[in-house]
Amino acid sequence: MSRDQPFLEMRGIVKRFPGVLALNAVSLDVRPGEVHVLLGENGAGKSTLIKVLAGIYPPDSGEIRLDGRPVRVRNPHHAHVLGVSTIYQEFNLAPDLSVAENVFLGREPMLIRALGIVDRRTLVQQTRELLATLDLRVPPDAVVKTLGVAQQQMVEIAKALSLDSRLIVMDEPTAVLTSHEIDRLFETIRELKRRGVAIIYISHRLDEVKTVGDRATILRDGTRVGTVPVARTPSDELIRMMVGRDVKDRFPRSRVEPGEEALRVEHLTRNGVLHDISFHVRRGEILGIAGLVGSKRTETARVIFGADKRDGGRLLLHGTPVEIKTPAEAVRKRVALVPEDRKRHGILADMSVRENITLSALARFSRKGLLDIERERAHAREYASSLRIATPSLERRALHLSGGNQQKVVIAKWLSSRADVFLFDEPTRGIDVGAKVEVYHLMGDLVKRGAAIVMISSDLTEILGMSDRILVMREGHVCREFTRQEATEAQILDCAMRGATAYETGSNGVHA
Amino acid sequence: MSEVSLKDAPEEPGVNAVMSMVSKVPWGHIGMPAVLVIMVIVFGSINPNFYSLTNIANVSRQISPLALISIGQTFAILSAGIDLSVGSLLALVSVVCAQQMLTFGLAGGIVAGILAGCLAGLVNGLLIAKARVPAFIATLGMLVAARGAALTLSGGLPIAGLPHTFLVVGAGHLGPVPIPIAIVAGAVVVAHVVLSRTRFGRYVYAMGSNEEAAVLSGVNVARHKILVYVVSGLFAGIAGVVLTSRVISGQPTLGEVQELYSIAAVVIGGGKITGGVGGIGKTLMGVLVLGILGNGLNLIQVSSYVQNIVIGAIIIAAVYIDSARARRR
Repeated sequence: MSRDQPFLEMRGIVKRFPGVLALNAVSLDVRPGEVHVLLGENGAGKSTLIKVLAGIYPPDSGEIRLDGRPVRVRNPHHAHVLGVSTIYQEFNLAPDLSVAENVFLGREPMLIRALGIVDRRTLVQQTRELLATLDLRVPPDAVVKTLGVAQQQMVEIAKALSLDSRLIVMDEPTAVLTSHEIDRLFETIRELKRRGVAIIYISHRLDEVKTVGDRATILRDGTRVGTVPVARTPSDELIRMMVGRDVKDRFPRSRVEPGEEALRVEHLTRNGVLHDISFHVRRGEILGIAGLVGSKRTETARVIFGADKRDGGRLLLHGTPVEIKTPAEAVRKRVALVPEDRKRHGILADMSVRENITLSALARFSRKGLLDIERERAHAREYASSLRIATPSLERRALHLSGGNQQKVVIAKWLSSRADVFLFDEPTRGIDVGAKVEVYHLMGDLVKRGAAIVMISSDLTEILGMSDRILVMREGHVCREFTRQEATEAQILDCAMRGATAYETGSNGVHA
Repeated sequence: MSEVSLKDAPEEPGVNAVMSMVSKVPWGHIGMPAVLVIMVIVFGSINPNFYSLTNIANVSRQISPLALISIGQTFAILSAGIDLSVGSLLALVSVVCAQQMLTFGLAGGIVAGILAGCLAGLVNGLLIAKARVPAFIATLGMLVAARGAALTLSGGLPIAGLPHTFLVVGAGHLGPVPIPIAIVAGAVVVAHVVLSRTRFGRYVYAMGSNEEAAVLSGVNVARHKILVYVVSGLFAGIAGVVLTSRVISGQPTLGEVQELYSIAAVVIGGGKITGGVGGIGKTLMGVLVLGILGNGLNLIQVSSYVQNIVIGAIIIAAVYIDSARARRR
């Protein structure tokens, strides 16, 4: 079989989710022995595409061919049978089983098949051979959970090979690896190429893409922008293809003259996570924090809020140094955190809208030790109507509300607590366009009333549309700060992705 | 007999039809009260003695210790925890109460008994909230240890010789109302107000609904969690004193498996075992169902062995109906 004949061809794949066209007639072909990179911003459709290929989502229309034959991938197991394996960021390994048991899980060599007795010696032997051919230094009888992430990833690769996979999809494989481990992974990838295995490689890091990629397909808003040879395409061009759209003025933002400093973070450090983070935000100002997934922006907010331990550095509120060791202290000092994961960290699903709104301000509704439910209800009614929370009743459990309305309930909680420093972590993730604009309005009102906002977002148009200043983070470092006027999407992405060069030349660039 | 009942056993589709009918009734609103009314009517029509004042007083006296520990259990389960130690605490409280009463008199004994319950609850709370031992394990350990402590302190023997005036607590009357019932009524009112009208009560629901979100909303979850187990220990203390009075002696073997009945009461009433949903009113329904069922089955002469089968089935049915309801949503 010729190496130019693609192993995988995807033609005109369409996938619609309620309210979103996730994939709009996307095509992709991958040849044996090729590393084909998928590039795109968050939400561009990369994950949806590989989930269609892995049999997790059925496509609404379009065709998939393997070795030229049209196939319908029924489920992830069927994908394995067809020779397609996917290695996700969260590994699919059984942590308490050994390496060998994981590699052959469900396909163990049997000593006595009828009794279900596994031939352990053959199991270990075959695993050892498999690992050796890849030059993977992992003991076959080690328990998986005792291994580091890099070794666990190697186990996933060995498992994919034992399935005779001819195409391996790697979803941000280096996100959790150190640079030395990344080099090892690249060696393994080169070995896989020599064997004619096709690889789809998803990464945000352009330097890596340049190192291992053969061709790259760029997705934007569910559409394929183009497929280019990586070696002959400059990074700037790749970034332009990924971004390439106008920032429309859907950000209702009235600028106000910033007041005095509200929050200052100095040399904030959390061992192994955050390295010397410094920034400040003033009253009437929105500071946007941009960066890739894994750039530790959420962790920064959690440390400021007292939810995670701080190992060094200090915080100042309104010019005074403060100690914030628990979220309760942060709330008392009028700091608010609107968390990224609304279901896990924001909403109390079994409690009513009223109870959610007043939770952080209950002391104010308490008289002689008893809650004044009527006053509480009046307060909740006022906020529900001013934030236009759509709910049939204040007593409705929060779990029945839409994502956008849940988000507004969380914001109402912090308005009730009379916070004046707000940490918004991905404030519009997973909510529809209409609700997004309302959240932007709320943020605009807040700064007009003198609040200070730190807004973490992976949506660059949102960052550019809402922020007065923009901080870019990469791998737990601040790599650069921009004013709104000087920042462009390409510059931010360049700084967030190119990393090494970016934070050596950046304004704060003394790290690494 | 067994052949007949085998033949009469409904076919699968029949069972499914019944199950689906059962799950279509809006149990959330009328469920437990309706079950109670039906039970009362059925038992009463089989044996009219069921309605007699003596019997009613009897039932209520019998269920008062369970009602008290179930109130405490409600706090624990609402907060997404559990307190397996309450049954053994009854014994420990009983022994401590009796021993101290012999030394320090009536009031001293009662106070010591209740304090012993609170103290054991405090240990549970510290283990769970500070040492981060899962509630199931911490209180399981306490279940075993408290029983051991009760047996050690008493040498395994009942402690007799308590003043006769002490009988009032378990057997006396306040006007027409038996004193244990008055205690339960008072406890129900106080616990209900605490859960529905105080910040502590609200935080109990909040940590049961979503502990991480509660922490990130500024709730001091650790402190309130400790308080939850102290409250549970407090109610075990009160229940232990009432029981000790009824048997007018310190008994190191009191309360075996009562913790399981208290959990059953919370769940039968409609409390969610994973926390966040439930309340004193619901728990009280559960206690009444268990109490009336036991008494009624006794009166119509069902053997206590068979009674256990029925009670077991009802616990499962209550939770099944609940989860069927949740799934339909």
